This record gives sequence, structure tokens and C-alpha cells, in this order.
Amino acid sequence: MALLEVENLEIAIQAGGQRMPVVRGVSFAVAEHETLGLVGESGCGKSLTALAIMGLLEGGTVRVTSGTARFDGRDLLSMSKAERRAVMGDDLAMIFQEPMTSLNPVYRVGEQITETLHQHRKMSRRAARARAIELLDLVRIPEPEARIDSFPHQLSGGQRQRVMIAMALACDPKLLIADEPTTALDVTVQKEVLDLMLDLQKRTGTAIILISHDLGVIAETCNSVAVMYWGRLVETADTETLFATLAHPYTRGLLHSIPDVDRDVDWLDAIPGRVPTVGERIPGCPFHPRCERAEARCRTDVPEPRSLVPGHLVECFYPFGGDA
Amino acid sequence: MTAQPLLDVRGLSVHFPSRRRVVRAVDDISFSVAPGEVLGLVGESGCGKSTVGRTLTQLERATAGEAFFEGRDILPMSRREFLPLRRHIQMIFQDPYASLNPRLKVEQTLAEPLFIHRLATRRAEARERIAETLELVGLGPEAMGRYPHEFSGGQRQRIGVARVMILKPKLVIADEAVSALDVSIQAQVLNLIKKLQRDSGVGMLFISHDLGVVRHISDRVAVMSDGKIVETGNKSQIFEAPEHAYTRHLLASIPRIMHPTELA
Repeated sequence: MALLEVENLEIAIQAGGQRMPVVRGVSFAVAEHETLGLVGESGCGKSLTALAIMGLLEGGTVRVTSGTARFDGRDLLSMSKAERRAVMGDDLAMIFQEPMTSLNPVYRVGEQITETLHQHRKMSRRAARARAIELLDLVRIPEPEARIDSFPHQLSGGQRQRVMIAMALACDPKLLIADEPTTALDVTVQKEVLDLMLDLQKRTGTAIILISHDLGVIAETCNSVAVMYWGRLVETADTETLFATLAHPYTRGLLHSIPDVDRDVDWLDAIPGRVPTVGERIPGCPFHPRCERAEARCRTDVPEPRSLVPGHLVECFYPFGGDA
Repeated sequence: MTAQPLLDVRGLSVHFPSRRRVVRAVDDISFSVAPGEVLGLVGESGCGKSTVGRTLTQLERATAGEAFFEGRDILPMSRREFLPLRRHIQMIFQDPYASLNPRLKVEQTLAEPLFIHRLATRRAEARERIAETLELVGLGPEAMGRYPHEFSGGQRQRIGVARVMILKPKLVIADEAVSALDVSIQAQVLNLIKKLQRDSGVGMLFISHDLGVVRHISDRVAVMSDGKIVETGNKSQIFEAPEHAYTRHLLASIPRIMHPTELA
């Protein structure tokens, strides 16, 4: 059984009496020990999906308008605040992109790591401190006994992100949501942090949702991939199948847009046009204005997700490798 | 190379005094850019690559070294001496949101450099050139009457490129020019910059942390680490037979997608 099952998630911005959908009918599942990559460009709804699961969209102008997110059998989206508080930081944890803004600058890192241990594990000060040192050691911070008393600004960017990971792992979560965890880091540091996350996953069995705009990061770290475009999940498959078929024209276009470090091409095969803005109305498939395979039907009908092979879902009438 | 380089940097150092010690942001580096050539300057954050660009446009003062632009050392020049050269040494910045004046319409943004450098004296003359340049960067003339906030990030960077290319410079310094853009938009802007560079024959110093982007746009590449250039070479040599351990480490760190062989 899946650890997390998101079904028909809809998120909308409520502004001036208007309701503009930003995430539309998103469904996916994450199994134990699995790493799911959620990939897409800015504004596609990948971070909002994560925030919704974490219950961080409550009471704002952006809110969940329908759908369920069953975690361990319980719907996260209809939980009370108290129920949710018991789950967050315990079985379910999140790492954000900017370690400098998501760590509190006026508290020592040790205090920030032990906070969840006090909260969820009712640990004594001494036991929590020992656990925090152990965690810092686990995320390979050198001299953890000394570093535990550092302030965030005294650490490098890579070290701060490791502290974030240590905080998230403090209570051995079953699911870790990492939103662009390495985007702010240099490529050499990124590799260290990703290797660390995968290594920890092997040891602890934590399932991970890795949100990234970087297909390379996704390809190297995830078992399965979900591609988002303009609030919709346009393609989902295991990593190997996804990159071997690139069935959705958007997935393929995205891959071809990346300048390859291993070979020379004269011109990049860029996707024409731009991502539609929030609130724009596009009849038919939302990708059709930028799609070279679009036919008459794509301009009027919205494609439903369909299965190419078991486990490979594509929202497209004319996918690559399809029989239509 | 027998022809005179467009830009010839020798022994450039930029040191910043800090409380206890001197930060050697750029430490005795040398490189050159030939006319019509794109030199990629690649390195991780804090390696000093941006400081190089800022020093060459006199936004930062050099501590030592020389930088000959068409044979004249630009580093000791006063602002007044440098002004006529500024037209020919132009910079594209990373952040298309921060580098355009939000209060100016696109027409004003593009007219300003024309008037400053006396490439146009009358408004009609300027408008004609602005329309031409907007066409070149893939925006219609109707863009003229609009403000920066009315454009997407990719379009704004096109305006940034237009503001530079309208002066017909000889050297363009691009500092992370496509780094803030989403991949699909980045590809469009990269293609655009590459095409304009080829068509105009402008020399370019392309500063970036992104090795894929640097490979795509450069003829030659210099790899920077800790204020020093550790390796310079033709693009094929740097990417296919890197000599320096740091270059190899950098290349090995990039997450890769296994490319299926039968890709259409």
C-alpha cells in the first residue's frame, strides 16, 4: 500500500471574488522507500502541491479547494490543526530551498534541531542534545560537538542545508518532502547533499518527494517522476521509462531545452512560446499552443490521463510512443 | 593568434580589504578574447568570476594588472576617459527584474543609451533603431510603449539583451545572463544570444556557473576557482579532456540524464 496517496488535488487562488485554479486534479502515490521526483518550471504548482500536503496553505488566499492526501491511511487535508501538529515534523517532514531563510538566525542550530525532539519525543535536554550531535554527525557536519552551538550565519550554504536535513530527520520521518533542496547550492556541494540524502534514505527507509526544476537531479536521485505543467500532472512513470520514452511533448521539450554538458549542439530545440499565466483561459490541452504535435482535437478537448504501459500515465492525445 | 585580441587581460588582481585579512577575490589572472570569440568563464559561487566582469566595466577597481581593450589599458582610465569605450564594452546582467528601471517604458530604456552615446539625436531616429532592435530580439515594436512589469522574465531578459545590442558594442560581458530563467525560456534566450553574437561578430565574455550553458555558447573556456584561473582551453579540450583536477571534479559533479540512443 502506498504511504502517501494524493487524489484529485485542486488548489486555487481566491482573489477579488475570483477563483483561479493553480493546481488541477493532481493524483499520485508514493510508496515506502520510494523517491518520487516532482518536476516542472516555476509556477507549475509543484511547490504548492507540497505546501498543501504539509498543511501550509491554510487560511491564505491560496487554498485547497478539493481532493484528498491520505498519509498512512489518514487524510492530511481534512485533519484538525491538533492532529496535524502531531504528524508534522514527526512522521512527515519538509526541507525548503533556502536554508538561510528557513533557519532562524538568532537561535543556535542545536536549539533548532532539538525543538522537534522536545515537541514530539518529550526528550530531556541532555538526551535531545546528544541526539542532535548524532544527527549533525549523520549529515556529515565536521566537529558536531562544536558546531551544535553555531549560529546559522557561521555555517556555509552546504552546511546550512545539511542542518535542515538533520532537523527534518530528527524524528525519523516516514516521508520527507524536499523542495528544491539543492537549487541554491553549487554543483559540487549539490552532489554531496544529494548523495547524503540518498545514503540516509537507504539506511532509514524514509520515502522522499523531491521537488526540482532540474531534470538531471531528478534522473539521478528518483525512482519515479511526475512532470507538472500549468497545474496539471502531464506525465508520470518510473524514471527509466520516463526518460526512455519522453512520451509527453512537454517532457520531451523540457529535456531538449537543457544544454548538454556532454555533447555539442549548434541550436537548442527550445519549446516555443511561454507558460500561460495564472487565470489565463486555454481551451483544450493547456500545452497545445506550444506543441508541435497539436491537432484540431487538442485545441478543443482536455486530454484525460491515459496509461501507455502499466504505471506510465500521460495526459496527451498524441504522445510519443503512443498508438493514436 | 596573430590578430590583436579584442580584450587582453594580464595579471589582473582584485583584492578587498576585510577586517582581519585581505580577500583575494581575483588573484593574478590572465586571459584574452579575440574579436568575434566567446570566452566562457565558469566557476562556483565566490570564485571571483563576477568580480572579473565588474572590474572590466569599471564597477570595481583592480588592485593590479592590465586589461587592454583594442590595445589600450582600460583599468587606469578615469570615468571620462572610459565613457567613449563604454559603448563598446556592454554588460548583460543576471536579474532581468532588477536591471530594468520599472518607471521607464521600453522605448525610454532603449533610447537612453542611444542619446548618451550620441548614436541618435532625434526621437524619430531613435525610434527606428529601437524598433529594429526589438525585432532582432523577437519582440514586436508594440513593446515600446510598455513597462517592464508587463513582460515575463524571458521577455525582460530579451529587453536587457536589446539594450546592449542596440549600441552595437564590440565586447559583451554577460554575467549569469540566463541563470534566472526557467529551462524552456532559457533555451530560447540562449539561442537568441548565440544568434546575435554570430550575426554581429561581437566578442563575448560569458560568465556562468552552469557548465552545460557554457559549453553551448563558448568557443573557449576558462575555469576559475578561488580567484585563480586553473585551466583555459578550447571548449572540446575542457569538456572532453580536462586536465586540471578541479575541472574534472566540477564535470563529475553534474547530475546527468541517461540519453536514450533512439531519441527522435
